[in-house]
Amino acid sequence: MTVVLQVSEPGLFTTVQDLGRPGAMSAGVQSGGAMDRFAHSAANLLVGNDPGNATLECTFSGPHLVAEHACLIAITGADFDPRVNGAPTPAWTSVFLSAGDSLTFNGRRAGARVYIAVAGGIEADRWLGSLSTNVMAARGGKQGRSLKAGDTLSAAGEPRRPAVSGRHLPQQLRPEYGDHTLQAIPGPHSKRLNPEGRRLLFESSYRVSRDADRMGYRLEGPQLNTTGDELLSFGLVPGAVQVPHGGQPILLMADHQTAGGYPVVATVISASLPVAAQLLPGDEARFSEITLESAQRMRKALESALASLR
Amino acid sequence: MPPPRSTPRLRIQPLGDTALLAELGTRLDTALNTRAIALAAALKKRRDVRQAIAGYASVTVQFDPDLATHDSLAAAIKRLAAKHPPMAEPGRLHRIPVIYDGPDLQEVAERLKLSPEKIVEVHTRPIYRVFLVGFVPGWAYLGPLPDELEVPRRHVPRTRVPAGSVAIAGRQTGIYPLPTPGGWHLIGRTTVKLYLPDSDPPCLFRAGDRVKFFAIQP
Repeated sequence: MTVVLQVSEPGLFTTVQDLGRPGAMSAGVQSGGAMDRFAHSAANLLVGNDPGNATLECTFSGPHLVAEHACLIAITGADFDPRVNGAPTPAWTSVFLSAGDSLTFNGRRAGARVYIAVAGGIEADRWLGSLSTNVMAARGGKQGRSLKAGDTLSAAGEPRRPAVSGRHLPQQLRPEYGDHTLQAIPGPHSKRLNPEGRRLLFESSYRVSRDADRMGYRLEGPQLNTTGDELLSFGLVPGAVQVPHGGQPILLMADHQTAGGYPVVATVISASLPVAAQLLPGDEARFSEITLESAQRMRKALESALASLR
Repeated sequence: MPPPRSTPRLRIQPLGDTALLAELGTRLDTALNTRAIALAAALKKRRDVRQAIAGYASVTVQFDPDLATHDSLAAAIKRLAAKHPPMAEPGRLHRIPVIYDGPDLQEVAERLKLSPEKIVEVHTRPIYRVFLVGFVPGWAYLGPLPDELEVPRRHVPRTRVPAGSVAIAGRQTGIYPLPTPGGWHLIGRTTVKLYLPDSDPPCLFRAGDRVKFFAIQP
C-alpha cells in the first residue's frame, strides 16, 4: 500500500471514520461512524469514492498533513480555514495535492468537525465490518486510537470514479449549518412529559454543555420532568433525546450506547443530524417539531444533493 | 398505570424518521423477551430493515427509508408479531465461577436482613436468562433476580467499576465486561472474559442464552 499522506501534527482529535458497524449493536458495540454523515459522504463523492469509504474526522482543530505522493483530496464539514502550502484552498471541492504539498488549517471559523477524503479511501484497521475508530474498544481505524504525529495514511484502493479536481458542492446544496434548529419527531415516550415539559422542549433553547463528545451531548436548559415507572431497557438510535433523572436532556450521537432505559421524548431527524454534529460546547440549539412527511422531504433534498456528485 | 395484561399490547412509535420502537409489553418477562428476540430476528431478514435490536420487551428497528415507510413497516411488524413465535431453542448454558467478596456484599446483606452466605446461596440458585446484550460492549442484562435480592440501584453511582464485577440491581444481575461507571451493587467478581474484542460477535453472551453462577473460594 502506498503512503499518500504523512501526519505532521494530528490536531486535537482526528479519527478514521466510515458509516459505522450497525451489525455489531446486538453485541453491545456502538454503531459509530462519521458524526456528520452528509459531510463525510460528500467528501468521498467529491474525490470519486463511494460514500462508505473511510475519511478523517477532525474535531475542533485540523491536522497538518504532508503529501508523500500526488493525491486528490476533498475537505468538507466545518470551516477550519484550510490551507495548501499556506494559501487558502476551497472546501467542498476536490483538490490535487502534489508530492511535498502541505495541508494545514489556520483555525476554526465555524462548526466542530472537518472531514478529509482521499481518492481511493483511507486504509485502516477493519473491525466487525467497519474501518471506524472505536476509541473505547481500542479497535478499528488507526490501531483504535486518534491520529498522532508520525502516522502515515495510505489509500485503500483506486477510486470508483475518475479522480477529477475542481468538483464542487455549492453552498445551497449543503445542510444549513448556521441554523441551529434541530428538527425532531416527538416520541416514543413524549407522553411521559407533562404539557409544560412538552412546551419547554420545543419552545426553549438548550445549550450544548462541555460534556459533549461522539457518544452524545448533555444539554443545559429548562428542566424536563418525566413521570411513570422505570422503563425496561430498549435499543437506541442516534438523534434520540433522552431525559435522565434531573431533567437535563441528552442528545445521542454516533457512538451512543446501544441500549438504555431513560425516556426518549423526541428524536432528531436524519436530515438534522449533520447540523447537530457541527455543534460545539456553548452553542445554543432548539428543537422544532416536524412531521414525518417534512422530514422525508428534507432527507430527500440532502440525498439528491449527494446524488448530484455521482 | 394500566393493570398488567396477560396478552400484551403492541405499541409502535417513531424513533425519528428512519426508525421505530415496537413495544410488546412493559414487564420483565421471559415470554415477552422470547417474542422480542424472535421478532427482531424475523425483521433482520427483511431487505428494508437495516438493523433490528431486541430490548427486554421491545424491538428497535432502523429501516431503509427508500424502501419502507413507518406505516409499511408498522404493518409488517403487526403481521409478524401476531404470528405464533417459533418454539425458542434453549440458549447456550454458561457456568460462571464467582468469588463472592464484592465491596457491597455486606451492605446489601444488612439492607436485605440476610447473611452474606444467604445472598450467595440465593444468587447462585436460578438459571438466569440473558435478556439483552447492550449498553457497553459485552454487557448482558441477566434476570429475573429472585425477589429476596431486590435492591434499588446505588444512590451515587461509582465512577469506575472494575471489569469482572458481578452486580445486582432491581430484578437484574450482570457482570461488568469493561471498567466503566456503574450504579449497581457489587457482590462478587469473576475472571471469565465477557468482552472478546477479537471474536465476532465480540462477546460471550447472546440474547436468549442462560447463565448459572457458582461460588468459588479466592
